Amino acid sequence: MGKVGIIGVGQSAFVRGYPGSIRELAFEGFREAMKDAGIATKDIGASVICSSPEYDKQRSPAGVLAEYLGLTPQPTFYVETLCSSSSTGVKLAYSLVKSGLHDVVAVVGFQKMSEISSAESQERMGRGADIQWESPFGTMMPAYYALHARGHFAKYGTTSDDLALIRVKAATYGQINEKAVYRKPVTFDMFSDPENPMSGPVASPLRVGDCCANADGSSCVIIANEEKCKAFSKKPVWILGIGAASTAVNMAGRDIFSGLTVGMQAGEQAYKMAGVTPKDIDVAEVHDCFTIAEMMAYENLGFAKPGEGKDLIRSKETYKEGSIPVNVDGGLLSKGHPIGATGGSQIRTIVLQLRGEAGPMQVKDPEIGLVHNIGGVGLYGNVTILGR
Amino acid sequence: MAKKEKEIDVRFSKFGTVSFTSTTKVNDFMDRLEQGKVSGNRCKDCGKVYFPPRADCHNCLGNNMEWFDVTGKGRLVTFSKLEYAPVGFENDIPYSIALLDFGDYKVFGRLAGDIPENEIKVGMEMKVVRNELPNGQLNYVFQKA
Repeated sequence: MGKVGIIGVGQSAFVRGYPGSIRELAFEGFREAMKDAGIATKDIGASVICSSPEYDKQRSPAGVLAEYLGLTPQPTFYVETLCSSSSTGVKLAYSLVKSGLHDVVAVVGFQKMSEISSAESQERMGRGADIQWESPFGTMMPAYYALHARGHFAKYGTTSDDLALIRVKAATYGQINEKAVYRKPVTFDMFSDPENPMSGPVASPLRVGDCCANADGSSCVIIANEEKCKAFSKKPVWILGIGAASTAVNMAGRDIFSGLTVGMQAGEQAYKMAGVTPKDIDVAEVHDCFTIAEMMAYENLGFAKPGEGKDLIRSKETYKEGSIPVNVDGGLLSKGHPIGATGGSQIRTIVLQLRGEAGPMQVKDPEIGLVHNIGGVGLYGNVTILGR
Repeated sequence: MAKKEKEIDVRFSKFGTVSFTSTTKVNDFMDRLEQGKVSGNRCKDCGKVYFPPRADCHNCLGNNMEWFDVTGKGRLVTFSKLEYAPVGFENDIPYSIALLDFGDYKVFGRLAGDIPENEIKVGMEMKVVRNELPNGQLNYVFQKA
């Protein structure tokens, strides 16, 4: 069987309060990916639509979006794994193409989080966890990741200062990413200034600056078989490895609070399938919904040994010029995190990097890139390895 | 019996500041909590222990469960103090969520509100106690053992 590759990528700008409907929002990422691929809607055999449905007023968005994107009468369906929905969509599209069912599949991720208020949004985020046994205690996403930050601090001596360094790195690149929602500089000193919003408490030990922002956005990744890749694209990017895993939703069902098992397992699967090791990765996008999530990803993906993620950021090895550049598009922390669009946006970044088209964010001549996308509090893990 | 309207068992709607679940096959958890007991359960067929309790055993696929009470001391695995809260929990702020490890199982819940912050340390021993909330709802909290 032949290879499966990516022939087009696109994303909307990630913004607060997108002035349009979800179908219009989705069209923005789709348009960019279609122009990038240079294909027509008739060339697409099926579409996979990805979002987190609790933000949508539209019931069953797949049909509505497929119609607006001009992808009828081809089959379409809806995929959801919270924040990793569009990475899961890419995995399914890979399977649809690899199986021979379809030659070309469009994966469209979107989220219009501003359909509801920030407080309502927080309530829904908490319900991404165990609503029967945990939500009644008043849980929310930052607090769950804060439990992991506390676990990491206790086990490895990591500090809030180390986490602040991750946010400073994100902002370094967010400033030069024209699609990012947060484009202002962030300095280390802001975290020790009680007057600065970055230092404000959210859920100890996490502060405002440790958290990514809600945003509206869309992304699109167009997947094709080897023949179509070669026919349509001068620079196809190949999917070399895919891994995915799940775990207990309830914190009581977990054994580790200094890492995410789904990240480790998805990573191991993807490395094995691609036949590469962490040392072979030239550029990576990891799921930094919170600074601690990026810290754990360094270790869970083998970029650093357990407990040594802090050394990686202290020595700036994850900056663009470092040994393993991570999130040099600003990450979720600066780009914003429109749940269903995030995975596709991460994949877009790595595809552009591998093609040498990442502009001011370009890493020097990368050959293999990795995308790590987590759903919920380490509930779903997805790792995708791409190569030229 | 056929004519009588079936009553829905909504005991679980009393769990926590805001409960998102009213009906569950382990509703007896709430009766036990009313009596001051925080309970998990165990599969009588294969012995697998569960907290939180569940109606079905995924280990042997049975549903022959028996209750046990969480007693003794657990070790504090991790915790976080919330300064913001989801909708419905605003009046509880600040509060801390936490996890205790009892060896065979772990329990997720809240720290008691009266523990001085500088006395809370990962690894410390704590116990679980029933707690009545100002709005009349019930949960459980962790106190220093």
